[in-house]
Amino acid sequence: MEQLNGWFTELLSGNTIFTANTLSFYWGGLVTTVQLVFLCLLLGIVLAVPLAIGRGSKRRWIKLPIYAYTYVFRGTPLLIQLYLVYYGVVFFDGIQDSIFWVVFKQAFFPALIAFTLNTTAYTTEIFHGAIKNTAKGEIEAARAYGMSRKLMMRRIILPSAFRRALPAYGNEVIFMLHASAVASVVTIMDLTGAAYYVYARFYAPFDAFIFVALIYLCLTFSIMFVFRRLEKRLLAHLRPRGS
Amino acid sequence: MNKWITSALIVGGLLAGQISSQAIAQDSEPKDAIRLGIDVPYEPFVMRDADGQLEGFEIDLGNELCARANLECSWVEQSWDGIIPGLLARKYDAILSSMAITPERERQVMFSLPYYNTPSVWITARDRDIDINDKDSLKGLSVGVQRGTIRDVYVTQEYGDVLDINRYGSSQDVVNDLKSGRLDLTFEDFPIANDAIDFRKDNSPYKQLGDSIKTPTSIFGKGAAMAFRQRDKALAAKFDKAICEVYADGTFDKLMDQYFDYDLSVRPSEQDCAK
Repeated sequence: MEQLNGWFTELLSGNTIFTANTLSFYWGGLVTTVQLVFLCLLLGIVLAVPLAIGRGSKRRWIKLPIYAYTYVFRGTPLLIQLYLVYYGVVFFDGIQDSIFWVVFKQAFFPALIAFTLNTTAYTTEIFHGAIKNTAKGEIEAARAYGMSRKLMMRRIILPSAFRRALPAYGNEVIFMLHASAVASVVTIMDLTGAAYYVYARFYAPFDAFIFVALIYLCLTFSIMFVFRRLEKRLLAHLRPRGS
Repeated sequence: MNKWITSALIVGGLLAGQISSQAIAQDSEPKDAIRLGIDVPYEPFVMRDADGQLEGFEIDLGNELCARANLECSWVEQSWDGIIPGLLARKYDAILSSMAITPERERQVMFSLPYYNTPSVWITARDRDIDINDKDSLKGLSVGVQRGTIRDVYVTQEYGDVLDINRYGSSQDVVNDLKSGRLDLTFEDFPIANDAIDFRKDNSPYKQLGDSIKTPTSIFGKGAAMAFRQRDKALAAKFDKAICEVYADGTFDKLMDQYFDYDLSVRPSEQDCAK
């Protein structure tokens, strides 16, 4: 460990920008970004499943509000949504004295709310599309077994739909990681925020942003790797035989 | 046709003006004529009145300095991005245009003594009881600054270990979050705060904490100064002396009070003036 430390210090001694101090900024940014993106995706999935089922409902009072929600949140930029949640919420009278202020005082939760609303809208549409495209034969077979609609949804339609939605959902995860870069505009020290800080402090845009771009690249590749593996396992039955 | 007449008149008028001013300069003895470059407008430092004449704090100050240096000064308008090249190309002999002294600029031009510097100021809500000098009591409080500004550097360096620093893209966002109650404190450029936050009156919702801050100069800079070509040392010395004089006899303060209701003076040291 000591040796590693010495080696590390020596490696850093040659430059003025990437000191241990700035690297700790980047590390903090990485942790914040991963936390933010992971949490919003997790909440997004939990919310999107019932919404996707509701979106395909025959009842208009269920279907239409969900459609309106996904339409609005997919139709407006995430940055605007973030601004509205962060700066807009303080225009509600008395919010500072209510219990909600505990949540909205920090920048993290407004950003998490905005990101979750956004990714939920996209994930809902992805799942909805997959559910709608379930092969007729699978549904007929389930009916022939005498399954109720609930049981059929749980055992046949959803598992099948999730598998088919996987590639599109993998894209959404990567998009969300990249979209999270806007969090820095509401003072969150995520990866981009750290890069901005280093840029502003050393007037070195190239170094600051290239470095952060490489970190994003590593994250993206890790996500892609995980989804490749998942697809290989879960979509094995869809591949041509013998490949 | 009309256009031709108009432009002929303008050119004629310009020539006549040139000649007459030269005639006056020749008539009235030893005063050297120099030209000062300035970027117009930058209120209230320089602007145009209803007749199109230049006016403002820097115009008054510049004319006063010229009178004391026994120089005949005229003003040349020049947009900001070409103001140093214009000086080096001899379009004018000095810049008097709120130019802050920086090491990068010092490589190209020679600066006079600084004549003003805008201060920065701590602001908090009126009902808050915060002592900015007692660092232990500041633990956990949040402060908003505009990212990458000298205020950001100062707060990070001096208070980075106690205050929770929120960095914003624009000073408008800082003010918004001070007003929303997300921020306990803000450290802001005085002129910006003066326009955007109500903190100067006894019953204002916000108040200033401690004194306005202009030091250390390693962060806040030395201030705005006149700029000369590197070789015009004698000319710069004349203006340095004039700047010392207007500070010494209170003329600067009188001019400042005329245009500003806050202190942006940078009194030159006796050492600087003795040279």
